[in-house]
Amino acid sequence: MAAGKKEPVVVSGLGALDKPASGLLTWVDARFPLMENWRAHMSEYYAPKNFNFWYFFGSLALLVLVIQIVTGIFLVMHYKPDAQKAFESVEYIMREVPWGWLVRYMHSTGASMFFIVVYLHMWRGMLYGSYRKPRELVWIFGVMIFLCLMGEAFFGYLLPWGQMSYWGAQVIVNLFGAIPVIGPDLSIWIRGDYVVSDATLNRFFSFHVIAIPLVLLGLVAAHILALHEVGSNNPDGVEIKDKKDANGIPLDSIPFHPYYTIGHDLFAAVVFLMVFSIIVFFAPEMGGYFLEYNNFIPADSLKTPPHIAPVWYFTPYYSILRAMVWNFFWVDAKVWGVIAMGVSTLIFFFLPWLDRSPVKSIRYRPTLHKVIYGVFLICFFILGYLGTLAPTDGRTLVSQICMVIYFAFFLGMPWWSRMGQFKPVPDRVTM
Amino acid sequence: MKKLISTLLLALAAGLPLSFSSVAFANEEGVHLDHVEDRSTNVQSLQNGAKLFVNYCLNCHGAQSMRYNRLKDIGLTDEQIKANLLFTADKVGETMTISLTKADGKAWFGAAPPDLSVIARSKSSEAGSGADWLYTYLRTFYRDPERPTGWNNLVFPNVGMPHVLYELQGEQRAVFVQEKNPHEEGKTITKFEGFEIEKAGTLSKLDYDKAVADLVGFLVWMGEPEAAHRKQLGILVLLFLGLLLLPCAWWLHHVYWKDIH
Repeated sequence: MAAGKKEPVVVSGLGALDKPASGLLTWVDARFPLMENWRAHMSEYYAPKNFNFWYFFGSLALLVLVIQIVTGIFLVMHYKPDAQKAFESVEYIMREVPWGWLVRYMHSTGASMFFIVVYLHMWRGMLYGSYRKPRELVWIFGVMIFLCLMGEAFFGYLLPWGQMSYWGAQVIVNLFGAIPVIGPDLSIWIRGDYVVSDATLNRFFSFHVIAIPLVLLGLVAAHILALHEVGSNNPDGVEIKDKKDANGIPLDSIPFHPYYTIGHDLFAAVVFLMVFSIIVFFAPEMGGYFLEYNNFIPADSLKTPPHIAPVWYFTPYYSILRAMVWNFFWVDAKVWGVIAMGVSTLIFFFLPWLDRSPVKSIRYRPTLHKVIYGVFLICFFILGYLGTLAPTDGRTLVSQICMVIYFAFFLGMPWWSRMGQFKPVPDRVTM
Repeated sequence: MKKLISTLLLALAAGLPLSFSSVAFANEEGVHLDHVEDRSTNVQSLQNGAKLFVNYCLNCHGAQSMRYNRLKDIGLTDEQIKANLLFTADKVGETMTISLTKADGKAWFGAAPPDLSVIARSKSSEAGSGADWLYTYLRTFYRDPERPTGWNNLVFPNVGMPHVLYELQGEQRAVFVQEKNPHEEGKTITKFEGFEIEKAGTLSKLDYDKAVADLVGFLVWMGEPEAAHRKQLGILVLLFLGLLLLPCAWWLHHVYWKDIH
């Protein structure tokens, strides 16, 4: 381009650099807003400087997403989505494909870790009121990601074609059969057959490797764009944009890159990878929670396992499904169960409007709120644990109590979130 | 009032796990499984287990994910495999398949004998590891004239499989006694008392237990031949992450954040 002694070329327009132009970067920037985006989302995205432990899980979710996509690409190279071959092809990957066992364990562990990280990420949002105005859309995109993730996990779980894959899919698809009038036809339409079969396996494979990941990636982009539009919340729930310096930069902020990327999240990523490695290399089954023992038995459409349990990340909602045993208003309990389960996941969408607390962060909320949050969390864990076990009268009663508390937490929020003595919120963030 | 509510909620939170754990314990059931020590890394045991496996199991059961030449991982050579273990295939590169069809298996035993490639992994449960289950299962066959095969089993009642290892173990009879049901008035429960040897086998009880432990060790190894390598590699990966990357990442954090207050 510009030879030796000529004046430096300054590119005009949105892609203009404030530095003298040179080389490839200028060439690209004249044609594509590379540096502009780099600045907007990395080096000049100003994030609050008081992020704590809970703020690791967003970037960790991105890390797990990358792990899942990369390992998934390699698994698809060797996996056979065919009811006659699927189970064996997984064992083929485990034994014959060089490093196949590692790729497969990373993928199966990644699935569970994805949920752990996302649940912690959501809990962070709840603790610090990150869904409150103006971040409602950030939260809504997030809940959509969560729902997509559940779909992705559900479709993916059929692929190893073990007994739990098969009967888990059977149970969940049958839930749609509970919908009045269209239910039975709908579940046949989803399966592509009267029972879970080769047709089901093929379409679930398609959903798992193409359809849902595409939607997921789009939603992740929307989630981050929405976040960067309004700016991040922080543990104090203070709007850092209210106090800016002469250059318009929030006083309590630091550039996301390099302070959070290299200076913060890299460390979290290494710690996370250590936990991840401990599971992958020393306990890939995680005591039957990450890889269920029954799933080492090939799918058999004639042999129903005595106890069908979904993987742990679905069990809180599965417990709620089973807890509904009453035929209200002449409508079958099964229908109410499906409705309750659906509502228990969709209700997260409404959090920004259910929460009427005058402060965002748990730090400045009354003790009463902390207790309510604690009780909710305990109920969520109990529901999750009970969902892994076979139901008994006693267990059903406990899950019914927990279910009532679960819904009371959300539905009562417009009232309880205004109760109690709130602490004064500082003007600036605290370190 | 608010105090009262929060106290009530706290009490509820504390009480729930308690009530639920008592529920969980009240419902535990199933046969007690004998624990077997892990022999899946002991080469001598594994070779003996492999011998027992191909001689006794690999006629009705296949292991179609398992290649014969994978047995090189437990210290055998191609020649040894060919000469001593290659019963159901012609080449060491083939997998352990059998000629018994599923339909025949079902007709003869009531259920097709399952493939044993990952049997040890599938038999794990809350009651014990897959190895414990197999170890107990293979030692608790007893004579039962009411079953078509003449055999029954303590951990897998009315199993279709006959006692294939009876020449080694001998033939035993199970002694059951009727006891009062403590939970239900007027009902009795059948309780297992013990085994009585009716006909001695070629192995002593101790030697039979050892042979079964070797066989189970082999089944565990076969369930995941990479397991030992996986754990070795895991240590290296953790050392790399913990000793190299972790200090680097911590140092970077320190350097970048030293001026942020």
